[in-house]
Amino acid sequence: MSAATDIKTLVINGQDVSARPDQTILDVARENGINIPTLCHLDGLTDVGACRLCLIEVKGQNKLFPACVTRVEEGMEVTTESERLAKHRRTILELLFAERNHICAVCVANGNCELQSLSQELGLTHVRLPYRNPELNVDASHERFTCDHNRCILCTRCVRVCAEIEGAHVWDVMGRGADCKVITDLETPWGDKNSSCTKCGKCVQVCPTGALYEKGKVGIEKPKHPEFLPYLNLMREAQ
Amino acid sequence: MNLEELQQIAASVHADNEQFDFEVNVCQGTGCLSQHSDQIMAQLIKVVAEKGAKVHVRKTGCMGLCAAGPLVLVEPENQLLQHVGVQHAESVITHLGKEPEKELQCNLREHFDQQVHVVLENSGRIDPERIDEYIARDGYEGLVKALTEMRPVDVVQQITESGLRGRGGGGYPTGLKWGMVAKAVSETKYVICNGDEGDPGAFMDRSVLESDPQRVIEGMAIAAYAVGASKGYVYVRAEYPLAVSRLTASLREARRRGFLGNNICGTPFNFDIEIRLGAGAFVCGEETALIASIEGQRGTPRVRPPYPAASGLWGKPTLINNVETFANVPPILRKGGAWFAAIGKGKSKGTKVFALTGKIKNTGLVEVPMGMKLRDIVEGIGGGVPDGRTFKAVQTGGPSGGCIPAELLDIEVSYESLVQAGSMMGSGGMIVMDDTSCMVNVAKFFMEFCMTESCGKCIPCRAGTVQMHELLSKICEGRASMDDLDLLIDLCGTVKEASLCGLGQTAPNPVLSTLRYFKQEYMDHIQNKRCSAGVCTMTHEGVTA
Repeated sequence: MSAATDIKTLVINGQDVSARPDQTILDVARENGINIPTLCHLDGLTDVGACRLCLIEVKGQNKLFPACVTRVEEGMEVTTESERLAKHRRTILELLFAERNHICAVCVANGNCELQSLSQELGLTHVRLPYRNPELNVDASHERFTCDHNRCILCTRCVRVCAEIEGAHVWDVMGRGADCKVITDLETPWGDKNSSCTKCGKCVQVCPTGALYEKGKVGIEKPKHPEFLPYLNLMREAQ
Repeated sequence: MNLEELQQIAASVHADNEQFDFEVNVCQGTGCLSQHSDQIMAQLIKVVAEKGAKVHVRKTGCMGLCAAGPLVLVEPENQLLQHVGVQHAESVITHLGKEPEKELQCNLREHFDQQVHVVLENSGRIDPERIDEYIARDGYEGLVKALTEMRPVDVVQQITESGLRGRGGGGYPTGLKWGMVAKAVSETKYVICNGDEGDPGAFMDRSVLESDPQRVIEGMAIAAYAVGASKGYVYVRAEYPLAVSRLTASLREARRRGFLGNNICGTPFNFDIEIRLGAGAFVCGEETALIASIEGQRGTPRVRPPYPAASGLWGKPTLINNVETFANVPPILRKGGAWFAAIGKGKSKGTKVFALTGKIKNTGLVEVPMGMKLRDIVEGIGGGVPDGRTFKAVQTGGPSGGCIPAELLDIEVSYESLVQAGSMMGSGGMIVMDDTSCMVNVAKFFMEFCMTESCGKCIPCRAGTVQMHELLSKICEGRASMDDLDLLIDLCGTVKEASLCGLGQTAPNPVLSTLRYFKQEYMDHIQNKRCSAGVCTMTHEGVTA
């Protein structure tokens, strides 16, 4: 266990912190009560560094680093809050809002949406960019769940949880650029009789927005529970 | 195989050639083939047979001056013939040894004299599918030397000394990269050749693969020996069918001659190469996306570090270099790193192949020493802008690069100076624009390219390019306000700094560089609803902001 003996010390926002070498900046920051906004990251899933909200500054480096996949280094000086970072984070949220049809007032996830709460947290009061209003489908063919592409932010949590935790790999991403969308199996309806879906509902629980939801429940009735993942992983490792 | 055997093969090729009075090389690159140079070649062979002339008609790769194609090169006179048609076959053969027909003569001294051919030394001079012709021009001497006289660390040392840097655009020191992979501890390592050339207007790698595929194979084999890899992949775009077929044939030839396979040159070194075809995604030129694609995954980039040198293909240490980088390796091993370092200037050593396109007389492929003035390339070698128009800008670096205006034409071509000018070396596309090009429209074109080629993984690139493209369209159509321009600049900043991979990080460059040098054109579109180049159609005419 060399990892246990080789403890790194670093500074985050002026605060001295310690870390194991296999920890990411995000891990250490949260451990010490420093919040870094994230969307694609979820404890218990592999990180992809795609949403770019967790970008942080490292002293002596001009470029920005995604905290979720950047490992700690001895003597690192990290800044998680700055005008530059706040501007990028707000722009990223604006880009997300304008990309598809995110209208909170008529969304099943209203009040339980990570995109919504992040916007409030980061002080996004309005969107400067024109909404693209793409025409997207809703797949309600599944007996228990619905997939509404209008609300999808392509964080790929559903893809990862299904492949890594459930082991079914029902979800995937197809297309390129703005045409990307999450699909079930080979773009067949989720509720197809030959679907490989195990109906476990993990994807619904990890979805940060109203893109995947349980039928028959709305708004405040349907808080999601993604917190089962770290515990599940821990138990699996213990076996 | 040893040096002596190589010399024997070379001698037999030379002896074969001596039976002929003349050699007639016919370009069979994609450019000339599109003008039926295969039919010209067939006709030439027919005429030679009829006359019983002692002439060797040879299929070769690109001769560089694509604008004058189809091209034919007559040896030993070294006379280049331009715009050759099937109807000229008779005259070409009857005029051998004499002055060719006036209309066929191509005497562009200024085009060829300023070029230095290292990568293209064999292009247009050998049959790309005959390995022995490559050997006759000192091919595989570098590999044999490396395997029989040098330790892997000595090979890395030579590459480091040469100062060679990545020719795919980034300019990362090749020796350093090789050293990193060589030092990585792993039983399995890989060498990958990146032939996913995707920049609009760039065709250097295609040409090298079509004209002289053996040098890429040799370069890869030398690299594999240096880093300790036994398996290589060439990732080529499926849109390059000729390159793929010539490469396939060449791999077969190389195996036949024992340069690939087990116990190469009687040493314990084993190495073989497989081809992987790209399915048309520009982003797969990014190394981590390319690796994902070879693994059979969706071709999307991942966050680096870890770099491929530490964890690449299937998690193993992987060396990944561009086609042109590998093509530089054999002569470095043959002639020494110091020889290579003597070409070029400052931190940019050796030569660079550029694909000259756009509004320029001598469209085609050129190879120049680093440090040459941009003006000498555009006006000298390129022959300047045709039809009496005036030069406006030259675009380098493809969608990641920028536009360099006339007042900066005297800068020297090097990795650093191009970045300083707001562009980049890129893979070597050079698109010349005259006063009929609207710079806002050019920026819009490249943004559209990035938008459609974004993989969609990270938000700034996926959604940011769409919004930037929309804003540029607004400007081009005269619907934009100054606020829109501010928003555009703002988005440029976020997409540049926050995107995951090089595609997104450099996507704003065409906008930023045109804004830097041609801001007046943006203002003209926005405030006066006017496009001075006459390219853009305004939907709101005569309204002043």
